[in-house]
Amino acid sequence: MTPTGYFLEHLWLIPLFPLVTAALMLLVGRRLPNSAVSVFCVGSVGLSFVYSLGAVTQLLSADPENRVVQHILFEWLTPGQMLLSNGHLIRFTADWGYLLDPLSCVMVLVVTGVGSLIHIYSIGYMGHEGGYYRFFGYMNLFMFSMLMLVLANNMLLMFVGWEGVGLCSYLLIGFYFLRKSATNAGNKAFIVNRIGDAGFILGILLTAVTFGTIRFTSAGLADAAAGSGILQALHSALSEHIIAAGAPVLTTIALLLFVGACGKSAQLPLYVWLPDAMEGPTPVSALIHAATMVTAGVYMVVRMNAIYQLAPLAMDVVAVVGVVTAIFAASMALVQNDIKKVLAYSTISQLGYMFLALGAGAFAAGIFHLMTHAFFKALLFLGAGSVIHAMSGEQDIQKMGGLWDKVPITAKTFLVATLAIAGIPPLAGFFSKDEILGRAFERHPALWIVGFITAGMTAFYMFRLAFLTFFGYSRADQHAQEHVHESPRSMTIPLMILAVLSIIGGWIGWPPSLGGSNQFEKFLEPVTSTAGSMESAKAVTQTSTTEYRLMIASIAIAVAGIWLAYEFYRTKRFAPEIVAGKMGPFYKLLFRKYYVDEIYDALFVNRTKDLGTLLGQFDAKVIDGVGVDGTGWLARFGSTLSMWWDKWIIDGLLNFGAKFTQLLSFPVRFLQTGTFSSYALLILLGLAILLGYYQQHLHIVLRGAR
Amino acid sequence: MLPIGHYLFLGLALFIIGAIGVVTRRNVIVILMSIELILNAVNINLVAFSRLYGDVAGQVFALFIIADAAAEAAVGLGIIIAFFRNRETVLEDEMDLLKW
Repeated sequence: MTPTGYFLEHLWLIPLFPLVTAALMLLVGRRLPNSAVSVFCVGSVGLSFVYSLGAVTQLLSADPENRVVQHILFEWLTPGQMLLSNGHLIRFTADWGYLLDPLSCVMVLVVTGVGSLIHIYSIGYMGHEGGYYRFFGYMNLFMFSMLMLVLANNMLLMFVGWEGVGLCSYLLIGFYFLRKSATNAGNKAFIVNRIGDAGFILGILLTAVTFGTIRFTSAGLADAAAGSGILQALHSALSEHIIAAGAPVLTTIALLLFVGACGKSAQLPLYVWLPDAMEGPTPVSALIHAATMVTAGVYMVVRMNAIYQLAPLAMDVVAVVGVVTAIFAASMALVQNDIKKVLAYSTISQLGYMFLALGAGAFAAGIFHLMTHAFFKALLFLGAGSVIHAMSGEQDIQKMGGLWDKVPITAKTFLVATLAIAGIPPLAGFFSKDEILGRAFERHPALWIVGFITAGMTAFYMFRLAFLTFFGYSRADQHAQEHVHESPRSMTIPLMILAVLSIIGGWIGWPPSLGGSNQFEKFLEPVTSTAGSMESAKAVTQTSTTEYRLMIASIAIAVAGIWLAYEFYRTKRFAPEIVAGKMGPFYKLLFRKYYVDEIYDALFVNRTKDLGTLLGQFDAKVIDGVGVDGTGWLARFGSTLSMWWDKWIIDGLLNFGAKFTQLLSFPVRFLQTGTFSSYALLILLGLAILLGYYQQHLHIVLRGAR
Repeated sequence: MLPIGHYLFLGLALFIIGAIGVVTRRNVIVILMSIELILNAVNINLVAFSRLYGDVAGQVFALFIIADAAAEAAVGLGIIIAFFRNRETVLEDEMDLLKW
């Protein structure tokens, strides 16, 4: 029994609401008052959230195995012939359709839910900024693109959303476009993402020629025979032994798609844009660069998990890249002083965790962490925004401190999120991170060890941030101290809601070993175990004892991290400066972010610029010099020739004729005196001559007359 | 009836007086008047021959010439007035722009 209902029928409205208001804002927004902008833009996202909630509720009323709805609105790309890699010629189409299954349920709720809260927060945060309508227009355009991304029923439509969010990310990072660093950061994000997108496009193309379709699945279609999905094509290929597990083509597809995911989700080596992206307004960092867009890569890998599960090599790559990114980014977060940069590196690190989960085959755990991370990281960013707001724009945590009493709601909610990300039970982060670490341990203990150390570092840098910001004495200058104030209610209410979600958000994934049933994993099971693969078929072999030990270990290292931060930044038993001095080169390496930006500049950016200079010189010398100037010279030479011809031959002939005539007329023209009487005289003379000549005849006339 | 020679002699005399007037006088109005004399000399010739041969065509032709002379005088005087407005002269030796 396929689920039906009003909200499921009107799935297409969910992305439409923000699109309409985005169009409104970007076309006529300038003329609207701020209050109208707020009502329209926040209202449309709220409406999307209501519709998403309705659709998910109606989907949940069905049996777990029937929880999938797919609507194809129309055929988007007209059908064409395509030659498959197996030599068959097929009819290839891409449709404009929406797919709602447990995975998109989670995503759509996170996107619209967290998105709504951040939109509400933005009313307060952006209230006295210029370009209010522009900000909300871009934000709504982002919401539309993100919802297209998570609701698309095929890879190409997903790519539309994927590029849309990339565009909005670029626009919003460069929101303060008068600041050079902001526009540079926007460019960097866009360009680095292009590298990933190239991989993604190649992945889509390879999928298309391998399976003959780019639709994810045919499940949920009223007419299942209308066209199979990748999932079904993969199944039939497997059963007909055309493709074996671990086939190179599957590995290639998986790795190409992962390149795309690396770009969007800021994994090594394409993570460099995310810290710079903090140039954008803080709600943007919260929505796009923490909660939603950067998780698109995770979502995409989970969406394509059927292929990944059959490509063990790709899985290993994903896991290793994930875990290395996690510890790499966490180590950089240890020493950063910009509150948003710390959070940015933390985001990269947490995304690394998610990819570790995916690589370990724990797709549900990855999505689980994605969700809890969306809650607490959005909260952290919004809290940071509130702090920056209170500190009159100061972002350096070395110049903060002592804010606990001055911004009580922000401080308390921030602390909740800090505890959640550090992995203290029973907050949300604990469950998701613990599940990931558990699954990583199953996969390979080395993965677990790195993830485990990262967890300690996470606790340390997050509490370093919290202690430096909210505790101790204030290190801000006099002017900033006087202006410290708690943010308006439109900002604090979303903080409080997110704080509640950061506490209870993890409870839906309460692990069986602690007496729960991990509802979340069961909910996602139809998506994550559909490939009939060996990975998911493998029963969870982990014994409860191991699980308890791992759990205790991760709590212990989180507490250790917190304790270390406490000793460093509260009791000052260890002075950070001295430790940094002792660790000199290493500290500097971390502080300068491993010189990755410099290396990239030297290896790629400057080389590209050199190429540009070279091409510029080619333009100037060859195209302009030989081509344009040469043609110009040739034309000028030709025209000189033609001018000479005109002047001496054409005009010369004419002039010659004229001169000749003049010469001939020389004696006669003196008759032309212009005086009437001379003409009259000439006439009379002529008459006389005529008469003289015809004298004889005159006689005849006269004689006759006589 | 007087012989034709008398008439022709009168016509010749009138013609010569007119021609001398045209050639020698400076005032364009006088020149126009002289042209009228020439035309009348022609008229006398025409009428005389018409009478001589008993053919009325000559007289009809003379009437045409009289009409033509009237028209010519009107147009000529008009031109002279227009010219006078521009140049404030009616002397033909000052009308010498059309020359080499």
